[in-house]
Amino acid sequence: MSTVTTRPPKAPARSGSPNKVGSVQRPHYGTHIFLMIMAVVWLIPLGWAIFTALRPKADTDKYGYFSFGGSFNFANFVTAWNQGGFSKLLFNSAIIVVPTVILTLFFASMMAFAVSRFTWKFNVTLLIMFTAGNLLPPQVLAAPLFEMFKHFELPYSVSGSGSLLNTYFAVIAVNTAFQVGFCTFVLSNYMKALPADMTEAAFVDGAGIWRQYWSIIMPLTRPALAALGTLEVIFIYNDFFWPLLFIQSGDMLPLTTGLNNLKGQFLSNYNLLSAGAIITVIPTLIIYLALQRQFVAGLTLGASKG
Amino acid sequence: MADTPIGAFAPARSVKAPGRLRRRYSLLTRRDKIVLAVMVTIPTLIQLVFIWIPTVLSILLSFVRWNGLAFSDIRPAGTANYDFVFKDYPPFIPALQHNVLWLVFLAVIATPIGLLLAILLDQNIRGSRIYQSIFFAPVMLSLVLIGVIWQLFYSQNNGLLNFLLGTSGTPRAIDWFGDPNINIWAALIAATWRHAGYVMILYLAGLKGVDPALREAASLDGANAVQTFFRIVFPVMRPINIVIVVITIIESLRAFDIVYIINGGRNGLELISALVIQNLVGEGQVIGVGSALAVILLVVSLVPIVIYLSRTFKKDA
Repeated sequence: MSTVTTRPPKAPARSGSPNKVGSVQRPHYGTHIFLMIMAVVWLIPLGWAIFTALRPKADTDKYGYFSFGGSFNFANFVTAWNQGGFSKLLFNSAIIVVPTVILTLFFASMMAFAVSRFTWKFNVTLLIMFTAGNLLPPQVLAAPLFEMFKHFELPYSVSGSGSLLNTYFAVIAVNTAFQVGFCTFVLSNYMKALPADMTEAAFVDGAGIWRQYWSIIMPLTRPALAALGTLEVIFIYNDFFWPLLFIQSGDMLPLTTGLNNLKGQFLSNYNLLSAGAIITVIPTLIIYLALQRQFVAGLTLGASKG
Repeated sequence: MADTPIGAFAPARSVKAPGRLRRRYSLLTRRDKIVLAVMVTIPTLIQLVFIWIPTVLSILLSFVRWNGLAFSDIRPAGTANYDFVFKDYPPFIPALQHNVLWLVFLAVIATPIGLLLAILLDQNIRGSRIYQSIFFAPVMLSLVLIGVIWQLFYSQNNGLLNFLLGTSGTPRAIDWFGDPNINIWAALIAATWRHAGYVMILYLAGLKGVDPALREAASLDGANAVQTFFRIVFPVMRPINIVIVVITIIESLRAFDIVYIINGGRNGLELISALVIQNLVGEGQVIGVGSALAVILLVVSLVPIVIYLSRTFKKDA
């Protein structure tokens, strides 16, 4: 017990805000060296891709990949863009990403509103069903979905394949279904935390359900919607599996899945392949840098409250 | 493949709606009930049609023999597909072993790296944000891109790694992605590059949520940094630890993109998810066998899913 009595004098110095400042000023040489080494290791793959992409193939052939000889320019990017048909691939990605994210947030917010703001018999059951759906490995559903779309006949004027296969609808629908579960879960947690008075007053004034949802709850949910929207754009843009399964014609593929084809096409030219890879990163990089806070918030939404 | 964004699947907030907060459905007008019913029905139908009905169909298809052409060709097969998978399908056991290896590697190597980075960055050191951005950057990349970028690193004749080892262009040059004894490790390192950043960002959020008073109390009691972390901070982060465990298990069951990009998930990179697709796409479609493999994947996945859901919704139900 005597040790306890010796402690108090130390306590005031350590408590309160000076504590944080103290830890900033204390030199962390070991930590810094370790983090710098890790950061360099972490950047090697990306840095190497950029380095390779900036060099003409002729120079790497002459001096070797691991050299600094020759010139550096953006010619590979131009060639890769033209040869790889990136403008088309990027456009295809947009056709998939934009509707998927809008539909996902719209449906998820309606569902979240209904299960979080009202008490009825199945709201927890439904929420569990939605959450569980998002956790399934997509490969579990691959065969039935593929066959469902293949056997859903459409006139050839609507779909070149005569079915839902090889249409953007298939990719958008399945991605929406998968992501709705996750977004519903996050949004319902968010909406649950909004005070009841918000809608109570409107209710007394005779505002209908739709008005409470659209004019009151949705504006309040904007931060969560922004975070989820950013996250979903990156997720859907990065999605490889569903287009791989459903889209057969190469000129309809989105960028991420199309890159796999380009990999074969550019195989003998690593400089072009690197440039193609860098071009594919750019949209995500822009979103990440512009909306980094939202993106990280989306990933950890609610996690810090746990 | 869509990611596993359960980072956000933090255990449901303990904010519990008092009776007054949530309005009871029975108090609504008829018109409001209809609006609400539509709001619930559309998303629910989407879930049923594209997720849950296919899941049930997957189970049914695993008990039939079918070439995927006409519905009239469907023949009952009993458990023949499962017998085949377990007894006569050579890639199955390696795939199972690789899935286990994937899980162990992520759990023992990638996750602790992420945790370590989070702890170091949580100390408010200079440049913390820059470090965070660097370690987190791979998380926003698709696994396709990670496959391509690491190919530049691993390639037998043109890759950086063989240059650095001085073996490039010699017969000793290792084909990191092609050699079936090595490629799983090469793929795992590329996967770690991404997973560690993801774990880091979740733990950083978790560490910020730890009450500073706990650390102070520990330091008053004379605990050093390591003791404080393992005895106080880590146990307090239990909810986040559970999220991390679930993410790690589910990610290793879902692992697909990177092995599929390297060599179609063959020749040393067999995973259950890749076998499912090999049996469904391309020549020799065997829907029954593919579905049996999918059901095996489903059953295994249900274990972490059920554990996670029961923990998350225990308070609500």
